Amino acid sequence: MTATFDVAALRRDFPILTQQVNGHPLAYLDNAASSQRPLQVLEAIGHYYAHDHANIHRGVHTLSHRATDLYEGARETVRAFINAASVREIVFTSGTTEAINLVAFSFGQRLVPGDEILVTTMEHHSNIVPWQLLCERSGAVLRVAPINDAGELLFDEFVQLLGPRTRLVSVAHVSNALGSVNPVREIVAATRARGIPVLVDGAQAIAHEAIDVRELDCDFYAFSGHKMCGPTGTGVLYGREAILRDLPPWKGGGDMILTVSFSGTTYNELPYRLEAGTPHIAGAIGLAAAMRYLTAVGMARIAAWEAQLLAHATAELGKIPGLRFVGTARRKAGLVSFNVDGIHPHDLGTVLDQQGVAIRAGHHCAMPVMERFGLQGTARASFAFYNTPAEIDQLAAAVRVAQRMFAA
Amino acid sequence: MTAPDLQTLYRQIVLDHSRQPRHQRRPDWRGREAEGHNPLCGDKIRVYARVHDDRLDDVAYEASGCAICVASASLMTEATLGRDVPAVRALAGQFGTALGSGGGNLPGDLAALAGVSQYPARIRCATLPWKALLAALDASPGTVTTEQASGDR
Repeated sequence: MTATFDVAALRRDFPILTQQVNGHPLAYLDNAASSQRPLQVLEAIGHYYAHDHANIHRGVHTLSHRATDLYEGARETVRAFINAASVREIVFTSGTTEAINLVAFSFGQRLVPGDEILVTTMEHHSNIVPWQLLCERSGAVLRVAPINDAGELLFDEFVQLLGPRTRLVSVAHVSNALGSVNPVREIVAATRARGIPVLVDGAQAIAHEAIDVRELDCDFYAFSGHKMCGPTGTGVLYGREAILRDLPPWKGGGDMILTVSFSGTTYNELPYRLEAGTPHIAGAIGLAAAMRYLTAVGMARIAAWEAQLLAHATAELGKIPGLRFVGTARRKAGLVSFNVDGIHPHDLGTVLDQQGVAIRAGHHCAMPVMERFGLQGTARASFAFYNTPAEIDQLAAAVRVAQRMFAA
Repeated sequence: MTAPDLQTLYRQIVLDHSRQPRHQRRPDWRGREAEGHNPLCGDKIRVYARVHDDRLDDVAYEASGCAICVASASLMTEATLGRDVPAVRALAGQFGTALGSGGGNLPGDLAALAGVSQYPARIRCATLPWKALLAALDASPGTVTTEQASGDR
């Protein structure tokens, strides 16, 4: 494989990967659920708490200034990582789910009965349920663009669903259940050409390819820190400044105000207006460290390595009789969803775990996708840049052991 | 080839019942019935119970789920068919308690499921059929799920 990609050296940054699980070397292939963190991220968080912690934005003392500088410095790191135009466009959240809920609660306030929100069949529940709740509150209608048997968006059908009442389009960049990479540039272009804003759920894309929100031209881009080697409980909503400027506050509290009086309150400027209360300061600092780490590894090299892992997994698992892939899109991210004849995904997950292989089994919080394919669930192996071909071979061997065990 | 740990979960008798589930059918009689659902993994079971003179005169189910869930349903019907309803209820309680506390003290073939107690994520797979059977006996309307606080975990 690529001579310049020294995966063994990178793995030394992730101590959690070097352990035995149930008597076997751990093969951690559940990165779409959550990635692992390198020492650089743990050290950034530890250093912050050991030396610099205080509350931010309001203290007159040295530690508060330091903490503020670190937190706002993290915002600048995020801005640069996704090439946003301004730090005013970077809202820290607890994750992708909160970022989408922010848009649903704030942007959603202007929706009226009969308005439409358009998503696709392949969305994660976190890009479905916030809109269903918004529809209950507002009388708006949720429309769903279909996918084909390979798990690809039917683009013409999607475009036909863009109507005069469509107020927002919200689509996954990458499907967490199928691995399909959506044609987001084309989706954004077709949608914005009709004057409709677009939210891209980037939870499964952000750690796997370089994201440039200005090049994508989307209005919102949401992602989580914990899927990109950052801390849990961190995430980002990118919003185009012109659209964020008009968003009403969605959570009230400290930091999001300028003045508070019982005769009336004035709100802070962007992005603080959308961040109430003391934020996850250490989380933002850890997230920035994760972004610096990924940048140092190189997003293009990560994408190339993961493409090789995907090709290897597709080839090796494809040799196993009775194994059927679910999701065979032409453009896929580094994950494989599959079923093995005669073995329920949960049984498969347990048997693989006993051989040190960590995968996800079930509906992957995408029940409409499972319904589309007439399945209860799938087994899903998802890769990160620190995975190796040998781990995929361990997965394939473990699947064969499960087959022998469950053979009638 | 099977690791020893896996043999405690997937005993031969469990695999046998999952491959050839006993009493898995939609009965031709109308009795009490209830549905059980594990929203975490999608296991679904509908249990049918016919009670005559406070005795479980016939029991059947339709299940779609993992090997543990299906085998547990099958073993449950073998252990309960023809028994008095109070004894069935007591056995259901005993089963849930045993799986939640190390697996000991299970009578007959049900002991084959004792190993499930070592796999916390799978206990609810084994207890789902029993919850559905109890709901059928109680003629509770609607669906029971593994996430409800009642009974065992």
